[in-house]
Amino acid sequence: MAANKPAFDWAAAWVMDPTPLADWLLVAPTLLLMLGGATAIMLRKKTDIQPWIGIGTIGLVVLSNILLLAHVLNNGIVSMVMGSWLPPFGIAFTADAMGVLFALAASIVALCAAIYAAGSIEQSERRYGFYPFLMLLLCGVTGAFLTGDIFNLYVWFEVLLISSFGMIVLGNEKRQLDGAMKYAVLNLLATTLFLVTTGLLYGMVGTLNMADIAMRIPQLPENAPVMGIAALYFLAFGMKAAAFPVNFWLPASYHTPRIVVSAVFAGLLTKVGVYALLRVMLVVMPEGREWLSTLIGLVAVATMLTGVLGALAQTDIRRMLGYIVISGIGTVLAGLAVGSEVSVAGSIFYAAHSILCMTALYLLAGLINLLGGSYSLRELGGLYLRSPLVAACTLVLLFAVAGLPPFSGFWPKVMLVEGALAGGMGWVAAGILVTGVLTAITIGRFWIFIFWRGGPEGVTDGTQVVVQATEEKAVIPVTVLIPLSILTGLIILIGIQPEGVMAIVQKGAAVLVDPATYVQAVFGVKP
Amino acid sequence: METIFALLIGLIFSAALYLMMSNKLVRVLLGIAILGNAVNLLIFSAGRLTREVPPVIPVDSYIPLEVTANPLPQALILTAIVISFSFFAFFLVLGYRAFQDLGTDDVVEMRIAEPKGEAEPPLGY
Repeated sequence: MAANKPAFDWAAAWVMDPTPLADWLLVAPTLLLMLGGATAIMLRKKTDIQPWIGIGTIGLVVLSNILLLAHVLNNGIVSMVMGSWLPPFGIAFTADAMGVLFALAASIVALCAAIYAAGSIEQSERRYGFYPFLMLLLCGVTGAFLTGDIFNLYVWFEVLLISSFGMIVLGNEKRQLDGAMKYAVLNLLATTLFLVTTGLLYGMVGTLNMADIAMRIPQLPENAPVMGIAALYFLAFGMKAAAFPVNFWLPASYHTPRIVVSAVFAGLLTKVGVYALLRVMLVVMPEGREWLSTLIGLVAVATMLTGVLGALAQTDIRRMLGYIVISGIGTVLAGLAVGSEVSVAGSIFYAAHSILCMTALYLLAGLINLLGGSYSLRELGGLYLRSPLVAACTLVLLFAVAGLPPFSGFWPKVMLVEGALAGGMGWVAAGILVTGVLTAITIGRFWIFIFWRGGPEGVTDGTQVVVQATEEKAVIPVTVLIPLSILTGLIILIGIQPEGVMAIVQKGAAVLVDPATYVQAVFGVKP
Repeated sequence: METIFALLIGLIFSAALYLMMSNKLVRVLLGIAILGNAVNLLIFSAGRLTREVPPVIPVDSYIPLEVTANPLPQALILTAIVISFSFFAFFLVLGYRAFQDLGTDDVVEMRIAEPKGEAEPPLGY
């Protein structure tokens, strides 16, 4: 029987060349994190070595992401298919400059969180799996940034979602259960909506590879419901990204878990939604984005303004930061609304900056609680006397988040305003600028109340706290000092020397604006 | 056939969403369970409802000889079933713990993370 088989050309189904060694970097981060997470689960009772497994694994992932970024910058988009099946049949991992930049920023903040957690997460909570959850969460986030297959993107979303559930209930307090319930139900609803839309898209184009979908959508008949699917994706990812008006799960939950968990969430989770929006709206269905651009602009401006106004109205600094996260999401969406190369570059830059900056601010809120014993703006005060260094570090991070020079938030905002004006969407530019002013007022209040005034509410300036400060010197634990120095250092460095990041985001934006290069990298031929 | 399925899926979706809009936790959880099944059915119908042979290739051939059923939606649904099942298990435990600790199964009354009448932010400056 077998002898009768016709001669078969294996090259019709398989990638025949062996994968170059450098391309394995594409799967290295997710593999390392899965191995690290599994090891940490097996050794979960050995709570003393848990932090070392976490820090070691995530440290390796940071290195691997740096190498991958260098590889992508030198050789263009890198694509790899599982099982060497020719695309679109094998699940593709495709890394462009945007995905790798986000993956690198995510691994850096996860490393900082792992170090911070070594000093702040209790032994019993380590036994309940903080480090495995952290690694698997980062695994989901990295996978989402690097995958080239839309169903695979859904799977990575679920990986990060289930890990985040484990992290948010760590500690088992009443308020955590309350926050977790709302977080879990609304996020699951968003991912389910993503799955629904993917099912409909599959029914329409018959493929799940993002490059393949991008190639096939223009060939569909006139009456194909592309716009409806684009709108559904916008809703699903907008909910994940916490865009107005589907963002109420974020302020309901982000202040409840351990502060290091909040820091990881603020840095990573919403940014995955933003990434998915940029990828799907620009690469997969650019027509849909054009059609929705006014709506995206309105949502962006509403998200920015409601975010910052919500932040102004908060007493709890963690909730205030939660609203600032939302406001930052609006800023990223503003670039998507305009859709020109400079705007998209601004969006990518701002999202990467926001990953670093929001995590740093939440870690800082933990430090403020350590020094001042509270998260309430009413009960804090006079911390400048206890630690001028912390006051200075806070000021840097707050300036960065408000987009004031010379820190990392300034450059992307310049690009976004410039892009919006050039793209004829002056009202979006106005929204960005008004938000900037309101954010400056918010952060001014934050800094003045916590650091500058003499003491908590009711204390006359310059009386009791001076005595207190001389009595007890503020000691900053080394597990807090290292992550905050890394993040603040990066924010200052990017602010003063933006050229490096600028080059990366421009490469990333070029791919998004002209998806042909993306398709070519996956299939090896021009569409 | 697709039309009947589309109507059926719409019905199941509306049942799920109706339950999820209730303020009783148990109904919300039941809604989530039904929603997962509605999605699975939707993916199944999106992959076209056909009565074809299983996609098995005869020994002496490299390609299927006739039109076969589409196996991909089934793979997708299998993934989605596993995920939605594990999430539902997690939600049951979370919902039960929330009921035990918060003393209510009414989501409107769950206000511990965001208490009513919270202190206003300080004024001045």
